[in-house]
Amino acid sequence: MSAQADVTAKPQGAQRAMRLVLPVIVFAAGLIAWELVVRIKGIPPYVLPAPSVIVLTLIKDWAVLSQSLATTLLTTLEGFVAASIGGIALALLFNQSKWVEYSLFPYAIVLQVTPVIAIAPLLLIYLEQQTAVVVCAFIVAFFPVLSNTTLGLNSVDRNLAGLFQLYGASRPQTLRFLKLPAALPYILGGLRIAGGLSLIGAVVAEIAAGTAGAGSGLAYRIAESGYRLNIPRMFAALLLLSLAGIVIYGVLALVSHLVLRRWHESALGKEN
Amino acid sequence: MSSGKTSSAVETGLTHLAVSLRGVTKTYDNGVMALGPFDLAVRKGEFISLLGPSGCGKSTVLRLIAELSAPSSGIVRVARHEGEVQPGHGIGFVFQEPTLMPWTSVRENVRLPLKLASVPKAEARARADAALASVGLADFADSFPRELSGGMKMRVSLARALVTDPDILLMDEPFAALDEITRFRLNNDLLALWRTLGKTVIFVTHSVFESVYLSQRVVVMTARPGRIQADIRIETVEPRGEAFRTSAAYSDYCRKVSAALAPSYQGQSTL
Repeated sequence: MSAQADVTAKPQGAQRAMRLVLPVIVFAAGLIAWELVVRIKGIPPYVLPAPSVIVLTLIKDWAVLSQSLATTLLTTLEGFVAASIGGIALALLFNQSKWVEYSLFPYAIVLQVTPVIAIAPLLLIYLEQQTAVVVCAFIVAFFPVLSNTTLGLNSVDRNLAGLFQLYGASRPQTLRFLKLPAALPYILGGLRIAGGLSLIGAVVAEIAAGTAGAGSGLAYRIAESGYRLNIPRMFAALLLLSLAGIVIYGVLALVSHLVLRRWHESALGKEN
Repeated sequence: MSSGKTSSAVETGLTHLAVSLRGVTKTYDNGVMALGPFDLAVRKGEFISLLGPSGCGKSTVLRLIAELSAPSSGIVRVARHEGEVQPGHGIGFVFQEPTLMPWTSVRENVRLPLKLASVPKAEARARADAALASVGLADFADSFPRELSGGMKMRVSLARALVTDPDILLMDEPFAALDEITRFRLNNDLLALWRTLGKTVIFVTHSVFESVYLSQRVVVMTARPGRIQADIRIETVEPRGEAFRTSAAYSDYCRKVSAALAPSYQGQSTL
């Protein structure tokens, strides 16, 4: 038995390692090729900076860039929290009353399908800049939370609902002990999408705001560096944005896994 | 509503009855007549089986008794404890599926009816553990439902139905999805529980053998709309056990019940 398990475990472990190692090798090879091309061809940094130059810029400009990173992350976080609370609250409201759902749902869709880049300049006129940026992040991110939570609340097992009815559960009890736990995997899925989207919303609004003047987020740095032909700093800021997106996704995926690991199919190992 | 039923049952001197249905019909919104008119009287402490083809309204009868749905006409009476405040406490329901909450432990699943009735936590925990012990799952209180086998999940479902100490236990084809060996074992355990706890059991099944083995009375129903085709009393030496399952009396009863059931399947022979 154990020998068999070893035999199957080894290729599985190897496969897992390869899934980590292969992208890293590709990444490293790409960087080396990039560096070599830039050096051999003598391409100037304002056309295409070598990776080493980008890293040096990142270190040299860390004071400015870290400040901008903090600003963008704060905006993203605010937009994400607003989208999570707003999306879940609205879904709960829709679930309690069909009339509210029929009245408001079309507008949620309108807000979702209108490109945020087109709404941002308007918002910047009516709202203070920081508020406008957060509102943009919210608009982009709240819809997946809303639609996923609604789906989850409507996916309650019918027999379980009957059981709650049989034991005379009140509406708040049914919500707390049945509907919310049943909807949790869906809600977490929605939050995972919303995390990345709030970063996108924040960046879009920052770029719109940046062309209007003041601003200090990473997207603003990219726009500003573009005007000054400071290409290495553009790349450095882009690198930070990309890393921020990866970290946000990773954190939310981890939270989701930790919350669901004892019961939900999505978080269970294949051997179970 | 429920207190009114209690008083009328007492007034008419039907206190020995746990459940009575008179002239009950049920027509669904889509116009399908599922049941009736249907008359049934179940004495307190009796174990009866409702047996019939699929879609004959067996489950509807249980749902009507549990007040999960209302009859289109007729009267459904359920005897209740004196001073019973919340509806449903006198009734335990075991569904066809285990119907457990996957996100919480076995103990929490069993504690649910008490939690919904706002029973203090310590007391509810103790009662949930006792109910789990009565179905032989004391060691699995902290497991999650997905870690259990099909038969064990059904036991948890049974423990949950018993945790409120109901007078009446309604069971809707609870063992239909289990393998035969597990089903036989659960049949024996259910009979043992019934003997010690003395509850009224209304057991829905489509298995002739199961109904004869378990019940004191087998009520055979017709195809839709469900009516009573036959009401057969199973008399044997109690307590029943594996010996009864292989006895000549058992096969006689099975033959008799099958014969009573045959007309319900007429016209369906081509299926």
